[in-house]
Amino acid sequence: MEPQEDLVPTAIVEPPSALRWRTMLAVPFAAGIALTAHTFIANREPPLETHSYRLLFIEVIAVSILLALLRRFSPGLRRWMANMWPIFTAAIVSVCVWDIVTLGLRMLPLPYFPGPSAVLRSLINDRVLLLDSTWHSLVLLLSGYTLGVIGGLISGICIGWSSPIRYWGMPLLKVVGPIPATAWIPLTMVLSPSATVSSAALIALAVWFPVTMLTASGISNTRASYLDVARTLGAGRAYLIFHVAIPAAVPNIFIGLFMGLGASFLTLVVAESVGVKSGLGWYVSWAQGWAEYGKVFAALIIMAAFFSTIMTVLFKVRDRVLVWQKGVIKW
Amino acid sequence: MVAPAETEASSLVVREVRKSFPAPDNPLSRRQVLDGISFSLGAGELISLIGPSGCGKSTLLRLVAGLDSADSGDLLIGIEPITAPNAERGLVFQDPNLFPWLTVRRNIQAGLVARGVLHEKKNEVDEFMRLVGLEIFANVYPHHLSGGMAQRAALARALINHPKILLLDEPLGALDAFTRMRMQDEVLRLWQARRTTMLLVTHDIDEAIYMSDRIMIMTPRPGRIERTIPVELARPRQRDSGDFLRLRSDILKFLHFAGKS
Repeated sequence: MEPQEDLVPTAIVEPPSALRWRTMLAVPFAAGIALTAHTFIANREPPLETHSYRLLFIEVIAVSILLALLRRFSPGLRRWMANMWPIFTAAIVSVCVWDIVTLGLRMLPLPYFPGPSAVLRSLINDRVLLLDSTWHSLVLLLSGYTLGVIGGLISGICIGWSSPIRYWGMPLLKVVGPIPATAWIPLTMVLSPSATVSSAALIALAVWFPVTMLTASGISNTRASYLDVARTLGAGRAYLIFHVAIPAAVPNIFIGLFMGLGASFLTLVVAESVGVKSGLGWYVSWAQGWAEYGKVFAALIIMAAFFSTIMTVLFKVRDRVLVWQKGVIKW
Repeated sequence: MVAPAETEASSLVVREVRKSFPAPDNPLSRRQVLDGISFSLGAGELISLIGPSGCGKSTLLRLVAGLDSADSGDLLIGIEPITAPNAERGLVFQDPNLFPWLTVRRNIQAGLVARGVLHEKKNEVDEFMRLVGLEIFANVYPHHLSGGMAQRAALARALINHPKILLLDEPLGALDAFTRMRMQDEVLRLWQARRTTMLLVTHDIDEAIYMSDRIMIMTPRPGRIERTIPVELARPRQRDSGDFLRLRSDILKFLHFAGKS
């Protein structure tokens, strides 16, 4: 039966089944439909320049056919295709539906909801500014995030390890921490010399709270028997903190890092649209000011790719660092 | 011959030790857990401490390890009082407590790293991994190990510091019957090879008779050593020999009566 096909070791070249063919052809087929639909819609609207949109789908068809031919030579490629093609097909169909709903049927009000071809045009025409904005966002995000993580780790380790520090630090953390970082904007704008510095500080603050909280709880919940064993092995305080408590807390710390990352995205976009005169958040509000919603959507697409890439990088780092947990905990 | 100074240094003396904890139901009263415990342990001896659960065996072991302090009484190694945990007194729990974030090799060398002597003693790591037969698992993480292998790694980790006394808190309690018997021989082999003084807490009477030079029987509430029984059977011992079984039924009878009084 077909379901067993996936269990066959990939080194053996199996004859492509009917199921395989269907999956493989779904992408060029969907792209073809999207292309045809668009051609039909756009022909009723001659003044629209949608050359790049069509070119995109022609490229999709070409690449998917090329990959379909190349799949024989690479088991990795075949697995990747079997895994990803249904998703790609769904994405293409969604874009096609979006195209029909906006440009074709005009069901959504303009200029707020441009069609995909208009968004693609904005993306291409404004690529220099978009790239520049992405770069500024990246620099701001990374500097704020790094600062927040370092601060959060230090305060989290201190609070988690030392009970006097926990006594004095915890109330402060519990009162100040839950205030959303963006609520400090009025204050930081007054205090800080530049909007960029204050934004980095805000992002750091947003990251600091969850990282501190989770690090502290991870450290203070270190299994007592690990510490006992380490003591009987001759461990001093430095070993207990850096070789027992911190490694034991790393799974928790990563939860804090992920929560902090989410908070940093939010703070970044708000800070950029309020104070800083660059970055993707600024770009969105700027484009909105000119009612260029094609650009707004273009920036949202870039943001989605940008943020999810950063998230993926953190996932990879975690898998690397926590390789010892594989089999202990199901991710 | 063992030098006298070393004999003295390796011997443990416990004198009139008392320990109480706050009662869980009433925080104002304290419950006496250990009530005047006295015994001594000569260099190279292997002594078992048996008794029902809750009689204070583990508490006593923690005091000897230096992880807790007694309310009164003396705990001495030679003539030195025990004040804090020390690499000279190794401790192995029922749960191997291997650090899950370290490979087997790094777990075993943890004591050397903690004492900052890894550099000089690097070659000993291989020796101890061979000693417990885990060479080929050097780079494996603990969750891949079976219970017996994990406990062997824990033993090697404790032994690499060359402790004068090895404290074993029901180290084989979580293993299945066959693995447990194999591990008893393993521990005996390590004991005979290294002549480490061992204090073994167990609630398995057979294990106590099979392994130890002397058996101390504890009774609970408050914890006291009721009786010390020398085991004068020749090694290696037969688990089904007449003397073995007679001793076993004596101890069982004693525990039975002690439980009733």
